[in-house]
Amino acid sequence: MRMPWNPQQPESCVPDSLVHSDDAIVVSGMRKSFGDFAAVDGIDFTVKKGEIFGFLGPNGSGKTTTIRMLCGVIEPTGGGARVMGYDICSQAELVRANIGYMSQKFSLFQDLTVDENLKFYAGIYGLSAAKFAERRGYILEMADLRGREKELTGNLSVGWKQRLALGCATIHEPRLIFLDEPTSGVDPTARRHFWELLNELAAGGVTLFVTTHYMDEATHCNRLAFIYRGRIIAAGTPHEIKDELARDTILQVEVADGEGALAALEGEPGIKEAYMQGAMLHVNVGERSAAEADLPSRLGSAGFRVLGTDRVEPTLEDAFVHLVGKQGGRA
Amino acid sequence: MTEAPHTGELALDIRGLTRRFREVTAVDDVTLTIPRGEVFGLVGPDGAGKSSLIRMLATVLAPTSGDALVFGRSVVKEAHAVKPRIGYMSQAFSLYGDLTVRENLDFFAELRGVPRREMAARAERLLEFSGLTEFQKRQAQFLSGGMKQKLALAATLISEPDMLFLDEPTTGVDPVSRREFWRIIAGLHRQGITVFVATPYMDEADRCNEIAFMAQGRIILRDTPTGMKKRVPGRVVEIAVSDYRAAMPVLKRLSYVRSIEVSGEMLRTLVDCEDDGACEGEMRALLSSSGLVVEHVRPTATDLEMAFATLIPSVDLPERDDRAAGPEVPE
Repeated sequence: MRMPWNPQQPESCVPDSLVHSDDAIVVSGMRKSFGDFAAVDGIDFTVKKGEIFGFLGPNGSGKTTTIRMLCGVIEPTGGGARVMGYDICSQAELVRANIGYMSQKFSLFQDLTVDENLKFYAGIYGLSAAKFAERRGYILEMADLRGREKELTGNLSVGWKQRLALGCATIHEPRLIFLDEPTSGVDPTARRHFWELLNELAAGGVTLFVTTHYMDEATHCNRLAFIYRGRIIAAGTPHEIKDELARDTILQVEVADGEGALAALEGEPGIKEAYMQGAMLHVNVGERSAAEADLPSRLGSAGFRVLGTDRVEPTLEDAFVHLVGKQGGRA
Repeated sequence: MTEAPHTGELALDIRGLTRRFREVTAVDDVTLTIPRGEVFGLVGPDGAGKSSLIRMLATVLAPTSGDALVFGRSVVKEAHAVKPRIGYMSQAFSLYGDLTVRENLDFFAELRGVPRREMAARAERLLEFSGLTEFQKRQAQFLSGGMKQKLALAATLISEPDMLFLDEPTTGVDPVSRREFWRIIAGLHRQGITVFVATPYMDEADRCNEIAFMAQGRIILRDTPTGMKKRVPGRVVEIAVSDYRAAMPVLKRLSYVRSIEVSGEMLRTLVDCEDDGACEGEMRALLSSSGLVVEHVRPTATDLEMAFATLIPSVDLPERDDRAAGPEVPE
């Protein structure tokens, strides 16, 4: 409970006993309601220093609201978090000074030059002239922007903008960076380059908190939490999350009319889940081996031309579909 | 997707289509034909000119030179005849947040001149088709990202177009919602509607009948997804090893390793060697002698990510900002 008689010094919202020195983020019973709607409905998790932590979930499940609370931009309506040792309720300003933030929409001024954007962010974080010179050099190198200092940001390619945005978000050398869908809509090659940069930061001991809809990126994370309708429904290493499906058999079926075959299989006995994975049909037949042996002939007699069937290891994408399905719902 | 029926008729006949913005040639002499009934994917790096190409085909951007025929009618001279037959969902497609799902559909129906007596039936059919019936009284601003995209698609379909242009319709959408969106596209495909879709997701490109790779304003390749994979020079070998980051520099020392990509926790290498297992054996031995625990080294299928990475020349080009060129007009 906040103390109404002392608004200048709100109470901290996480007890000291929950926080250890190697924790970058400790979230405890954190909640945010907008009217009747609980966008974040009492979540708990911990991010260790130096981790790449992936925060996954369908659109509208509470990811961005969570990040905004962790960045000290909005206050929780219950519970709270410690971020790099600072309390998001009572020390929001210190939280903001000690983190970097990069969002899906580039936080850059398009009508300023590369240099002017860097200067702007250096100003926000109060860098000294000497420090700025050092950081500027490092970022231009890292983002491969040497020789483009005077170019208008709006004229840069998406890949460059993305690297510049990362540079601006890290100009004050934060030890924790929040990245909210940093690669949304970015082509496969540019995504790969961007993750190389993230891996370098992580290798330097920086903690990264990343949201993404690309399951191949999620697999690069040390640990993941999966949020759905404001609650954490799964957490652990990518391996642990895939273990959710460890006892199930997943078949990858190559069939001429995947969507047609999918419609024919849905709700059939022995079929736990079925969905398209690229051009392939993925069928989870659960622990039943009978359905596995049957599948090609079942599809064949329904008029579908089966070109091949393989048993495959579950991927994080399979786990994602499974977890959302298990909640009874649509995304 | 099922194979498109071979009616011989062209949905699209693009002839030397070019668009320049000041000194930048965004679309550079594109010639391409697309048979009726296909789902055709447009894939390429950011800034390749995909959106400008789509905007010209959708008659909202005037070509600098060249022409395109949509069902035989010119986008330059007969835009009035093209418009009633197409639907266009741009990246900036916007719904009215304070209108309900149903009101949004009614609004777009009126805008597209749908006869009043048909409006209710069409809206109901589209709501059903896109799985939005139970949400029809909800304000659009309270829909999840995936549902918003489905509503945008339904609004695009209200005029019952024969050809759909979709510009990255699922960017920033979670995996489950993306699947639902593609089920709808498969349904449209079955109805014989031609779909021209730009996407940054290779699993989506894999579901198209044919795809074109676009780079620097030009179509550089056009093939089926299977054909694209066959064009990749070399074989793909998948490597699961205790520490993939440490394995990368080790593998780079081998002259026949052309490229390495990280895929989840595994490495996928493109190798230029015989299919006799010799290279696999050498890679395994080299990794082991470098102190890494090798789980497996095995040949695997090429995927579209690999095709994208190897077949499209990687150039960091300035982004073309065609938004400055003119207002987006829905009709």
